[in-house]
Amino acid sequence: MMEDEIAESLDVKGQNCPMPVVKTKQAVDQLATDDVLEVLATDPGSMSDLAGWAETTDGVELLDQEEGDDVYKHYVRKTE
Amino acid sequence: MSTETNDGTQTSTETGETTDTLSREELQARIEQLETRLATVENTTGDDQQKMSIIATKGTLDMAYPPLILASTAAAFGYEVTVFHTFWGLDILHEERSKKLKLSSVGNPNMPVPNVVGALPGMDRVTTKMMEKQIKDNDTATIEELIETSLEMGVEFQACQMTIDLMDYDEADFYDGVTTGVGAATAIQDMAESDIQLLI
Repeated sequence: MMEDEIAESLDVKGQNCPMPVVKTKQAVDQLATDDVLEVLATDPGSMSDLAGWAETTDGVELLDQEEGDDVYKHYVRKTE
Repeated sequence: MSTETNDGTQTSTETGETTDTLSREELQARIEQLETRLATVENTTGDDQQKMSIIATKGTLDMAYPPLILASTAAAFGYEVTVFHTFWGLDILHEERSKKLKLSSVGNPNMPVPNVVGALPGMDRVTTKMMEKQIKDNDTATIEELIETSLEMGVEFQACQMTIDLMDYDEADFYDGVTTGVGAATAIQDMAESDIQLLI
């Protein structure tokens, strides 16, 4: 479970590659430094894609990923 | 282990002490020289901004997706992305034609219809409709959505001038924000400066 306070929530349920990553990037750009974004997706590929994106991209940190029954939850912090 | 000394005689360095042929001052000077050169190299390559260059040459519905998906994703990674559209790839940027891209019913053994059936008149339309339905049912982004999103993300779409002339297209036919008046030299320059180069 996420303990950090969530600043924004992004709903990309139903959307497929590449949209979960692209929309996450767009949402992160709107955040202030240290804010945490919650991403709700149904695309199973979002687990690997968002992890890969966060690892390679400067200024973001993947805090957690949760695999629910139908929804994949991702928590991303803007670090700079 | 033994090394050559300044006067050319052999000396043992078993104690781990190295008898260097360069003095401390000479090494210091060498380091400064290399640091200057490194600074020059860093200046020439600009910043550490990563770049991707894609050449899009195909205009069928299935082949329009890879360049757009990779371009928008790379932009999300912070890459500066250029997609150079040439020959049939130009139709992806053509506002009207991009919405009517077709899937070929022949030439792909994975298609649900045999090639002999696929070659019948009107079959391209059937297979295109089938794929359009799958795209819709699966909530996959449309070509138009991917172009609009990529443009929002700062992707530069370039329309090959030679192909525009060849196909007799008008600059106004393309999506707003598409760069025209560019040729192969621009594409080569982009590729030379890029970390990733793809021909699709």
